[in-house]
Amino acid sequence: MTGMNDVPDLAQGRAAEEAWTAGAPTLSNLKPKISVRDLNFYYGDSLALKSISVPLYAHKVTAFIGPSGCGKSTLLRVLNRMYDLYPNQRAEGEVILDGVNILRPEQDLNLLRARVGMVFQKPTPFPMSIHDNVAFGIKLYQKLPKAELRDRIEAALVQAALWGEVKDKLNASGLSLSGGQQQRLCIARTVALQPEVILLDEPCSALDPISTAKIEETIDELTENYTIAMVTHNMQQAARVSEHTAFMYLGELIEFGVTAQIFTSPEKKQTQNYITGRFG
Amino acid sequence: MAIYDTRLRRDKFYLGLCYASVVFGLGCLAIILATLLLEGVRGLSPVVFTQMTPPPGSGGGLLNAITGSLIMTFLGVALGTPLGMLAGTYMAEYGRHSKLTIVLRFINDILLSAPSIVIGLFVYEVMVVKMGHFSALAGAVSLAIIVVPVVVRTTEDMLLLVPDTLREAASALGLPRAIVIGMVAYRAARAGLITGVLLAIARISGETAPLLFTALNNQFFSTNLNAPMSSLPAVIFQFALSPYKEWQQLAWTGALLITLAVLVLSVAARVLQVRRPGK
Repeated sequence: MTGMNDVPDLAQGRAAEEAWTAGAPTLSNLKPKISVRDLNFYYGDSLALKSISVPLYAHKVTAFIGPSGCGKSTLLRVLNRMYDLYPNQRAEGEVILDGVNILRPEQDLNLLRARVGMVFQKPTPFPMSIHDNVAFGIKLYQKLPKAELRDRIEAALVQAALWGEVKDKLNASGLSLSGGQQQRLCIARTVALQPEVILLDEPCSALDPISTAKIEETIDELTENYTIAMVTHNMQQAARVSEHTAFMYLGELIEFGVTAQIFTSPEKKQTQNYITGRFG
Repeated sequence: MAIYDTRLRRDKFYLGLCYASVVFGLGCLAIILATLLLEGVRGLSPVVFTQMTPPPGSGGGLLNAITGSLIMTFLGVALGTPLGMLAGTYMAEYGRHSKLTIVLRFINDILLSAPSIVIGLFVYEVMVVKMGHFSALAGAVSLAIIVVPVVVRTTEDMLLLVPDTLREAASALGLPRAIVIGMVAYRAARAGLITGVLLAIARISGETAPLLFTALNNQFFSTNLNAPMSSLPAVIFQFALSPYKEWQQLAWTGALLITLAVLVLSVAARVLQVRRPGK
């Protein structure tokens, strides 16, 4: 019995040892859900993203930090092709989602956006009831029996940490909620579609600290099922919530790595300057 | 201090001018409304709503004119609103960045301020002459042509007021464009869109010139769309210019009815505009 157990124990011990000597968890054994490769992005003629390559690992939170105008939000808007709504914006390069390049012209945008959900900086509840805000997206893709739909809505609101506050007033307007609640409603709406990736574009910048804490908790729980990319101006938030961090500056990706390492011993001088508050 | 004193005096002077113009403008309106109320209420009785327009020298009501106005206004709005909404939706949503929209907006603005008598003559030429007779249908079409630019304008304006973040949020759920517009943008702009239609109704309910060239008038009760039809503005026009006391009284009463209807519509439009959707 002991002899049989020796082998895996040893192997596990060696892996742990290697990780320990490397000083940080390794990236190489993670599977990227999305790979951005050599991405250039244009607003009209001006180049906003310069040859960006970055992975988003499955079931992890990747934070994008950097000063305003560095292209973080732009990058996020490429990942669900939100930029396609505007005629003078275009992207070059590849964004591989599960082995398929989503930038290819024949990509169905509605299906892509159902798989890659997005929550915006400002809460944007639809002008309808709380229930309908969440049910709206589901109903378009699936015909569910009433009871099942109700369960889905409840589950989404629970995941977004909003259920307790709204369960008795599901028919009230989504606009009647507070800012923090509205934002969690938007998260619930996104989660209800059961996407694979969730993009969060400064989801807490318009919120007070209590709502922010609630949303951070929510994000933590969501990684169980989703891959998350988050743009944030709040470096403590990036440090608290994310496993990986990408630092961007003037449209370029300066450094990408494990969050703990980026915040304690960044390789690039610019990253160091930014996280210590010397510029940006 | 001299500069300050001059400024104070100038301030008083211009403030005085402002008050004077307010008094002048509202005063005129008050006199018109008061006269209308005084003269119109005198003839207001159930008979107005139950009897036909009378021959000269005898009593009667406005039933045929009221019915005709309601029918043609309803038809005009029913024909013009969908056209205007669709055009306005194209301009605000699909064609927001296209040159066609700029041209459309320009033409629409011209149509918006086109004299209604020109529209009446146009419909006379293309419908009345071709059909060989005046008809309620031609009247409704000419009213619809007046409705279209009003609705186009308000639809476009109101949809442009809907923040793009809302459209992005809806698109981010993977909703197709048509649903984003129909279920989210329209809903957010609903109060404004309804206001546009109400204002269009208010606008056409007093139109006389286009109806004189198209629906003409009819002293009998008729709901036949293929025949001339009476309307309040046309009756007011005819009766007010006549020498007969009874006719003149009916013209006043008809004018009061139209004014009250427009007033109710305008107040309704304002109330809707103030009340934000969903709150």
